[in-house]
Amino acid sequence: MKDFQFHRPTTVAEAVALMAGKDGAKFLSGGQSLLPVLKLDLAEPTDLISLTGIAELREIRVDGQALVIGALVTHDAVARSADVRKHIPGLAALAGGIGDPQVRNRGTLGGSVAHADPSADYPAAILALGATVHTNLRKIDAEEFFTGLFESALAPGELVTAVSFPIPKRAAYAKFAHRASKYALVGVMVALTSSGVRVAVTGAGAKVFRVSAMEDALTKGFVPEALSGITVSADDLNGDAEASAEFRAHLIGVMAKRAVAACQ
Amino acid sequence: MPTITLRVNRKNHTVECANSSLLVDVLREQLRLTGTHVGCDTSQCGACTVHVDGHSVKSCTMLAVEAQDAEITTIEGLADGNTLHPMQAAFQECHGLQCGFCTSGMVMSTTELVSRNPDPSEPEIRHWLEGNLCRCTGYHNIVRAVQTCARGSRGGTP
Ligand SMILES: Cc1cc2nc3c(=O)[nH]c(=O)nc-3n(C[C@H](O)[C@H](O)[C@H](O)COP(=O)(O)OP(=O)(O)OC[C@H]3O[C@@H](n4cnc5c(N)ncnc54)[C@H](O)[C@@H]3O)c2cc1C
Ligand code: FES
Ligand code: FES
Repeated sequence: MKDFQFHRPTTVAEAVALMAGKDGAKFLSGGQSLLPVLKLDLAEPTDLISLTGIAELREIRVDGQALVIGALVTHDAVARSADVRKHIPGLAALAGGIGDPQVRNRGTLGGSVAHADPSADYPAAILALGATVHTNLRKIDAEEFFTGLFESALAPGELVTAVSFPIPKRAAYAKFAHRASKYALVGVMVALTSSGVRVAVTGAGAKVFRVSAMEDALTKGFVPEALSGITVSADDLNGDAEASAEFRAHLIGVMAKRAVAACQ
Repeated sequence: MPTITLRVNRKNHTVECANSSLLVDVLREQLRLTGTHVGCDTSQCGACTVHVDGHSVKSCTMLAVEAQDAEITTIEGLADGNTLHPMQAAFQECHGLQCGFCTSGMVMSTTELVSRNPDPSEPEIRHWLEGNLCRCTGYHNIVRAVQTCARGSRGGTP
């Protein structure tokens, strides 16, 4: 791994100031996506700006009808938070199924969101719950946030500070995991929200997407059987050694039914 | 090179290391704590698991500079003199190891499980072990070792 300058600010303002003018710099949170990349020399940042010393990013709070989770909250802390388990148990369960215990002890919500891995779990929750990503500059709607393969609406140097998840009536996530890494081959989050039913799929395409045919069917009847007969085209889906595009298309139906069943 | 102080197994150590040094490399190569192993370069095998403030962490996926304010425990720090930690003793008793390459990571990881959940079920143990790969045992005796240790620490007959 090529050496770099290391910085450990204690406030968001300081972190953003350190980033200014440094084209080759990167933020570091849990390191569970960035360090594997650096270990393989797939990136060579000049500076790493660690966010792990910024206490203000570690908060979980209920704000009216939403749960606001700080960027630096680990997957393990989300899974075990009394507030998350009470208000959005499906989100706590999703976080408790990310990777493995060691990854959950270090990996963070903000890092996962910023990384925009097409097989990551959180993007399904962000899109299905209609969450808002807060940064040091603005608030970005779920629909606008994920723009492509490992690509998001974040500008260079923009720092994710928190994600605000509107509390749904019911929501659950089901994933068919890669056997070694536990990343989603297909993961589906189904949410019954005050503005209707939302179905979001991760792992299957270049980025997380909604399935309107399923949302329409579940609006008529929020039961697993409502999804029978609905198929998703394999045309734009990922196919690899682990699962073909056709298999992923099939899994979307199965995982969606399981998620609806888990909502009952 | 920057100088950092790491607190490992209840002792402070001051070492010179690059910002890019991984915690596992400092533990193994500078502190000569070679009980912590490296089994992969993709952050998947868990052979390098140590405790950082009581939490299991893959030491190959954490920078040494990030571990400066933490209490680090490696496999060398678990036993009390010549008395094995109950999890080490349970692995020995249940034949929870064959070649032993994965064992220190397995023991570090499962001690955290038992500290969180004193009575883990078999599915809970297997879910927890997703971060630790073993090429030899088939996991069966590892699960038995964790159950045996947990029963013992609850005061039951091991
Ligand atoms: C073995 C293994 C299995 C895994 N399995 C899964 C899985 O099943 N599901 C899943 O979803 N994920 C999985 N992951 C990934 C894991 O969830 C990571 O923790 C997560 O993707 C990144 O979070 P992090 O805090 O570790 O970020 P880092 O690795 O520190 O950073 C990732 C990227 O985000 C940037 N960044 C970090 N924080 C911020 C911020 N606040 N604002 C702006 N940019 C930021 C960094 O510059 C970097 O580019 C796995 C990882 C490993 C090693
Ligand atoms: S050496 Fe394999 S996970 Fe650390
Ligand atoms: S005992 Fe050989 S890898 Fe586990």
